[in-house]
Amino acid sequence: MTAVKEESGQEDPAGMPDRGDGYVPSQRRIDRERFKRTRARRATSIAALSTLVTGVVLYLVVVSAPGWPRTKETFFNAQYAREAFPKVLEGLWLNVRLLLICGVAVLVLGMLIAIARTLRGPVFFPLRALAAAYTDFFRGLPLIINLMIVVLGVPALRLQGITVDPVLLGGTALTLTYSAYVAEVFRAGIESVHPSQRAAARSLGLTNRQALRYVVLPQAVRRQVPPLLNDLVSLQKDTGLVSIGGAVDAVRAADIIVGRSLNYTPYIVAGLVFVALTIPMTRFTDWVTARMDRQRAQGGTL
Amino acid sequence: MHLAPHTLRRVVSAATVALLATAVGCAPQPEETSAAKPTGTAGATCAKGKLATRTSGKLTIATDEPAYEPWFKDGKPADGKGFESAVAYAVARQLGYDKANVVWQSVPFNKAFAPGVKTFDFDINQVSISTERKKAVDFSSGYYDVRQAVIALKNSKAAKATSIADLKGLKLGAQVGTTSLNYIDDVVKPTQEPAAYAKNDQAKSALQNGQVDAIVVDLPTAFYITAAEVTDAKIVGQFENQGGTPEQFGLVLDKGSALTSCVTTAVDALRKDGTLASIEKQWLSDAVDAPVLK
Repeated sequence: MTAVKEESGQEDPAGMPDRGDGYVPSQRRIDRERFKRTRARRATSIAALSTLVTGVVLYLVVVSAPGWPRTKETFFNAQYAREAFPKVLEGLWLNVRLLLICGVAVLVLGMLIAIARTLRGPVFFPLRALAAAYTDFFRGLPLIINLMIVVLGVPALRLQGITVDPVLLGGTALTLTYSAYVAEVFRAGIESVHPSQRAAARSLGLTNRQALRYVVLPQAVRRQVPPLLNDLVSLQKDTGLVSIGGAVDAVRAADIIVGRSLNYTPYIVAGLVFVALTIPMTRFTDWVTARMDRQRAQGGTL
Repeated sequence: MHLAPHTLRRVVSAATVALLATAVGCAPQPEETSAAKPTGTAGATCAKGKLATRTSGKLTIATDEPAYEPWFKDGKPADGKGFESAVAYAVARQLGYDKANVVWQSVPFNKAFAPGVKTFDFDINQVSISTERKKAVDFSSGYYDVRQAVIALKNSKAAKATSIADLKGLKLGAQVGTTSLNYIDDVVKPTQEPAAYAKNDQAKSALQNGQVDAIVVDLPTAFYITAAEVTDAKIVGQFENQGGTPEQFGLVLDKGSALTSCVTTAVDALRKDGTLASIEKQWLSDAVDAPVLK
């Protein structure tokens, strides 16, 4: 009976033969561990084999396609890749700056709108209505049209003191659209916190504002990290759309070379550069999320 | 032994994936063959009305949408009005296809040179011939000698420029993928990075809004813009041709197309008998005089 009880433990006794307490795993347990290991090995090797076969088949299918030499020349030309890379990187700097500045602006504005939408009390009705109208409008308006209106339309008004810089105007348009999305993410997060939390906070004597600040928002923000990252990655790619105002970002830099050479390789280069930018960002957020989960789990998992 | 069905299922599913991929992937389109085989005769003959076109008996001609003046009139390539529409029909006639047998197709500039099956026989879209582009597509011989021109608002400081040096400090713009943009980069070499627009329309509104000091377009387009679209703008001047060889627009054909030599022969014949010159006179007669920037 004792052996059965030990088996239900979390640790792997086969990996720790002597723990100093005189425990010797039973034969049944050793057999079971061995069986588990062989099964895991078998699964890994089958997965590897299957992946290899799929990879080889895909490769052969692409390479043996009748148009492959032409496709290779058009999309994977080393000479144009070398030529495009520095120019694409130069353009990417614009994307990165836009991402950082618009990202911060979007988070701030989105949070303010979300809070405005979740305010209680009849006195706040106009604010709530305004925030709701804002999110409805800018979430519905296609980003490209928003950009056209702001980048090409606003300067046409010829207002004194309003910039005509397509990058600043484009950044404004991006912020308008994305803060509407992000506001909804925040609102969903705020509303996902159980009302009992707010009630408990209020019963402890916290004001509405304090309850929001110290009880609701910390819980809400934690749940929002993955969807917020999603929006951030999306924003990063959409920063390229400011090029409709003539600004040369990574994609437009590739466009310029494509137009001259009629070779698409620069697009591949630009695409890979964006992917390379996104992957560290995703890993970083995974890490942040995991760390927050660990902190939350310190009180014990349920 | 209770593992066996499990493993079996894995192997079977892996095999299915592989088989599916093979089945889907190995159904290649018979692209090169159908294009390369002219009906009946050998590749070099250009028998009238009997070319190895996409659709037998019809000539499919492509251009971008919207189609701009003065190259096309009212955005309707099929009405034969406008310089390029007229040239296209003249070439078609030369190849033995009358107006009823010409089919127009809308193909974006960026797609016209994509590898794979072409849906058109040739594309006419103010595409300048260059050795670099010849690596990607076939060109007919040139049907129009083009020059690039600078446009600026009449009351701006850019309008007073008389030389290339005067343009250096300005914010210039052009449509992406055009030789106009190359002229800015290679000839003017401005101190500020030029703005690159997806369409000439956006370049025009940027000019009107003061987002750029001047834009570069080809000369006939420049005459049309200043005469009809942005009337408070003027042509500052035109560029000389680079390196002596004139820049020319050519008809774009698929790389290795069987039609290239026939179309080239047709264009050459139209140039020789004066047809091109008279079409040019009819549709681009304004585009004669603008100061040359040196």
